[in-house]
Amino acid sequence: MKMKLNLFSFLFTFTILSSHVLSISDLILTKVDRRIDLSTQIVRTTTTLKVENAGSDIVSEILLSFPENHAIHLAYLSATLNEGRGKAKPSSGVSLPYDEVVSPKDFPNSLKVYSVTLPKGLGKGDSLTLDVLAVFTHILQPFPEKITQADIQLLLFQESAHYLTPYPVKVQSLTVKLPDARIESYSKLENTKLQGSELKYGPYQNIPPFAYLPMVIHFENNQPFAVAKELVREIEISHWGNVQITEHYNLVHGGAESKGEFSRLDYQARPYVRGASAFRRLVAKLPPRAHSVYYRDEIGNISTSNLWGDSKKTQLEIEPRYPIFGGWKIAFTIGYGLPLQDFLFGIDGKRFLNISFGSPINELVIDTLIVKVVLPEGSKDISPSVPFPVKQRHETKFSHLDIAGRPVVVLEKNNAVPEHNEHFQVYYKFNRLSMLREPLMLIFGFFFLFVASIVYMHADLSISKTSASYLAKIQWEEVQATIHQVHTIISRCLTTHDKLEASLRDLSRTGDIQACKATRKSVDSSLKELTKELKSPVTFLQSSPQATQILPKVEEVIAKERDLQERLMAKHSTVVDCYEKKLGGREIENRVASHQQKITALRQEIDDLMDLIDEI
Amino acid sequence: MAVTTSTPTSPPSMAQDLLNSLPKTLKLKTKQQELLIRVTTLGLIYILAFITRLFSVLRYESMIHEFDPYFNYRTTLYLTEHGFSEFWNWFDSDSWYPLGRIIGGTLYPGLMLTAAALYKILHFLRFAVHIREVCVLTAPFFASNTAIVAYFFGKEVWDSGAGIVAAALIAICPGYISRSVAGSYDNEGVAIFALLLTFYLFVKAVNTGSLSWSLASAFGYFYMVSAWGGYVFIINLVPLYVLVLLVTGRYSLRLYVAYNCMYVLGMLLAMQIRFVGFQHVQSGEHMAAMGVFFLLQVFFFLDWVKHLLGDVKLFQAFLRITVTGAVSVGAIALGVGTASGYISPWTGRFYSLLDPTYAKDHIPIIASVSEHQPTAWSSFMFDFHILLFLFPAGLYFCFKRLSDATIFIVMYGLTSMYFAGVMVRLILVATPAVCLISAIAVSATVKNLTRVVRAKVQTLQSGSGKGTSASKGSSKGVIDNSQPFQKNGAVVLLLGAFYLLSRYAIHCTWVTSEAYSSPSIVLAARGAHGQRVIFDDYREAYFWLRQNTAPDAKVMSWWDYGYQITAMGNRTVIVDNNTWNNTHIATVGRAMSSYEDEAYDIMRSLDVDYVLVVFGGVTGYSSDDINKFLWMVRIGGGVFPVIKEPDYLVNGEYRVDKGAAPKMLNCLMYKLSYYRFGELTTEYGKPPGYDRARGVEIGNKDIKLEYLEEAFTTQNWIVRIYKVKPPKNRW
Repeated sequence: MKMKLNLFSFLFTFTILSSHVLSISDLILTKVDRRIDLSTQIVRTTTTLKVENAGSDIVSEILLSFPENHAIHLAYLSATLNEGRGKAKPSSGVSLPYDEVVSPKDFPNSLKVYSVTLPKGLGKGDSLTLDVLAVFTHILQPFPEKITQADIQLLLFQESAHYLTPYPVKVQSLTVKLPDARIESYSKLENTKLQGSELKYGPYQNIPPFAYLPMVIHFENNQPFAVAKELVREIEISHWGNVQITEHYNLVHGGAESKGEFSRLDYQARPYVRGASAFRRLVAKLPPRAHSVYYRDEIGNISTSNLWGDSKKTQLEIEPRYPIFGGWKIAFTIGYGLPLQDFLFGIDGKRFLNISFGSPINELVIDTLIVKVVLPEGSKDISPSVPFPVKQRHETKFSHLDIAGRPVVVLEKNNAVPEHNEHFQVYYKFNRLSMLREPLMLIFGFFFLFVASIVYMHADLSISKTSASYLAKIQWEEVQATIHQVHTIISRCLTTHDKLEASLRDLSRTGDIQACKATRKSVDSSLKELTKELKSPVTFLQSSPQATQILPKVEEVIAKERDLQERLMAKHSTVVDCYEKKLGGREIENRVASHQQKITALRQEIDDLMDLIDEI
Repeated sequence: MAVTTSTPTSPPSMAQDLLNSLPKTLKLKTKQQELLIRVTTLGLIYILAFITRLFSVLRYESMIHEFDPYFNYRTTLYLTEHGFSEFWNWFDSDSWYPLGRIIGGTLYPGLMLTAAALYKILHFLRFAVHIREVCVLTAPFFASNTAIVAYFFGKEVWDSGAGIVAAALIAICPGYISRSVAGSYDNEGVAIFALLLTFYLFVKAVNTGSLSWSLASAFGYFYMVSAWGGYVFIINLVPLYVLVLLVTGRYSLRLYVAYNCMYVLGMLLAMQIRFVGFQHVQSGEHMAAMGVFFLLQVFFFLDWVKHLLGDVKLFQAFLRITVTGAVSVGAIALGVGTASGYISPWTGRFYSLLDPTYAKDHIPIIASVSEHQPTAWSSFMFDFHILLFLFPAGLYFCFKRLSDATIFIVMYGLTSMYFAGVMVRLILVATPAVCLISAIAVSATVKNLTRVVRAKVQTLQSGSGKGTSASKGSSKGVIDNSQPFQKNGAVVLLLGAFYLLSRYAIHCTWVTSEAYSSPSIVLAARGAHGQRVIFDDYREAYFWLRQNTAPDAKVMSWWDYGYQITAMGNRTVIVDNNTWNNTHIATVGRAMSSYEDEAYDIMRSLDVDYVLVVFGGVTGYSSDDINKFLWMVRIGGGVFPVIKEPDYLVNGEYRVDKGAAPKMLNCLMYKLSYYRFGELTTEYGKPPGYDRARGVEIGNKDIKLEYLEEAFTTQNWIVRIYKVKPPKNRW
């Protein structure tokens, strides 16, 4: 694949090369305005070129050249047509396609050449204006290379005062914007002016092609030189409504290295003097409605961060565990969730994620940026689309409740700058029903757990059906069942006793002796039946060896119950007798008293025994 | 007539039938209802035990606490990343430089294996959790399991009511929570579970005489041995218990089966742990178990002979001969073993347990640890609260209903209470026993009281029923007169019990949230306006070490911070919390207490690149290195007599201000702690160099370092790191 691509570009360059030899001399740059922004660690060069075709052939490509030592640090290049309506912003307009080409033979060595393809050819005598933005990283050299805590950070910047181009230039000027700080020295060439923090070179007129006029600026810059050696951004899509972003940073202070002691005392007393080159906080601009933001590292949460937001953005200010001096490193992770509907869209049966590529942290240089897009399990036909060239590969990630793993698109880009924070897309197909798989898995998991426990409770899992302990267990269960039976029968007896008592109360209220006698009869018969019923369980208990411990209690209960029964009968007959003799209430009370006392005591004892038996 | 009578009577009788049948149907279900309530309660206790330990996660974060847990976490991480055999054969060159440490042979692997197994199971079930979360939640998970074991234990010893109360008490008992909050990833977290499980299974085995239960208890013992050095308590308590049963004439075949199986199998299994090895047959601490084992055989043999002989006189003679023979053989074996060195004498740690003053005089390294100090009364109160009063009451109930099981729990309670008094951290071992015995007291009391209350209700019902039928019976009135007083008393007592128990619950929650949930790595304080201020200096320093020093840099610090530096800073340390080599620690102590130039030679010989000290003078953090310094002097002086404790004291007083001893003012530890501190104003209205931890102005404000330079100091100065300069060129 890569081979093919190379071959293709090789062929491509050949075709343009043949035409270039002619066109180079034909184009003239009538006016060149260059602005170099040195206020941060990222050097941005904005060049406005007024191009005129002096030749007769139609020209469709314009060549841009950079010295090799700069070109290797070139992070971003864009060329846009300026339609000439006053001062159009460089970002407006469509950026033109460009390609790196092998420098033609008659070019000086150590030049990197890019060719910009124009949307339509430039005819004879026509002119156009081109805005070129080139972004460089790592071209500001700290000098001295090692400083102490108290020193300020000084940087060296080397450029050509003349615009390096294969075309002749009629008028050109260069403006260098420096940070608001000391300027140690700068090359004083003709027409050099220093206005505030802006350094102006030019205008220069009628400069031949490939002119190079070296100039050097030595200046102070204490802006944070945060360089991410590696940044891994993981974007995980959940169709349940969330896009989870996790960013693992591996930062280093890319400025002058610190040497000697670090004194906390000095740093605390005057942090902007004794520690001017260090940075202590970073600001990340997160998308609006970001939620569940966290900031931690390998050994735990970091509590020094602030978060505020409005409808347009969410701003996260993080403070590393310690101030970062030159050469010091730090690693941390920030993560946040985003609402799905802001970033996931669907077109003709496909879904696509549309999200920004780079890091949300301001002015961060990223040496290696790895973006991983984790799609839901079961996604198919995955195709990413990124506006600039990146390395691609596929991985699989296992997260909660995954069986086959989630497909992961890995995009890798070297030397990324904030200009790369463009949106990119990942297209894929996903069946909506697959969303239900994981909840169903959980439901079935629990379901089987319960089924298994039910089966376990009801199944007989003993290995030997003839072992002594197994038989004993079975017997014991039988004994328990029998005791339960006895218990039920006796409690039924007790209810029957209650009936008898109730009939006595009715008698005292109504004086209806006949009804009372009738109840007595029915109670008698039912008690007899119950006594009969009791026989077989009791004989079983007597025969069973397992029941020897409980047997006396059971027999005691039965005996007491019988006693109680007799007492009750006696009481009943006494009361009925008295009523028949029409004796007074007090007389009855006296006659019954001895019975009554016994009955209460017996009832109490039986209740206690019943409780005891029940507990077995 | 029948019609007229039946119409008024049938509705009440039907209603009565219904009323009668209602309790009947309910009664049919009482067992199930009771089971349902019991299971639900246990489920709630299980959850409660877990969530009450999550305060630390809510207050701080899901992180590993304290010191030792960091080592456990590091090894667990290694285990999950490299597999078991790598872990078992791991030679760790990151600690004890230049000696290194054989990790597999010097640790109890139970905790790490448990956490790794949980991690594997969760991943098998497709829960992609991080190993850190598993480690953080291991202790609470096992605390829940302990509560369940306590239930079964209580049920075995007393009844299921006591079991439930025991489970509830232990679920929230501060004595246990102190070592099992989320993040406290230490051996004790699983060991208490293993301890209680072993005891429960053993008691069950003794009660049933079943081989399967004693087998289970042997495996429980194996797990305990793999998890914690506290297994020595089991291997001494169980034989003591057996001995007590023998002496009190409670010897039975059940006991014989239970102990023999448990001892022999448990011993063989325990030998599989490399750190324990052959100690069961070679160390003096394990000899009691072996002695009781042989004694039991003799006892069994005598029993058998007695059974065979039947002649009392003959048996008496035989008994005399056998006992004398057995005792003398045992004594000779022990004597020869000890003399020949085959049986090692008791270790210092064991002595220090039996004699609280031993460590202070002989092993400063044990005495220097705060959790090895004798327990103050207040901490008993703090950790046990009402259990402290319920414990004797429970003992009373146990003695009232003496059985094999209650004898065990009484012995466990009494011995562990003694050890808890000797060492603060052994409160942990006593907690389950205290909870169980208190649970017996609570359960028995409440049961008795409710019986009284319920009995009253029943008689009242029957009494009122009769009151309608007849005029007020005098006899009934007499019974009722004696009862209201008793009943009201019971109700009052019940309310009192519930009040006490609710106070206990409130106390436990408060203690857990306020005292035992701090990770000690992150310090929290209240700011001037009442807001929460977090001091995260430890991690700041460790992370600085991790990121900004050479990967093979060696860091010297006092041993307390060794585990944390290796785990969080990922750098090699000279000494750490595994205090296996006293000389090495003494060397570090000597370096810290020497003058800078002398210390430089020691540090050069140990290849030290960085020195880390902990300093609380700015924040008022009192457990810093200056306050620990005397222990460094003592431990250093114990091996190197050049270091003399009196040199650092003035009239026996330890000071850091102007009146301090000259050696103190110029030793390395003082210099590193107070370097440039004299220029800092810490508190308004106090002179610069005012040490807030000790409340004095320091004595030496002009500290110059010749061989070291400040490499890093954290935001609140709690951790200070110095770089050892390379030697100067000679020309």
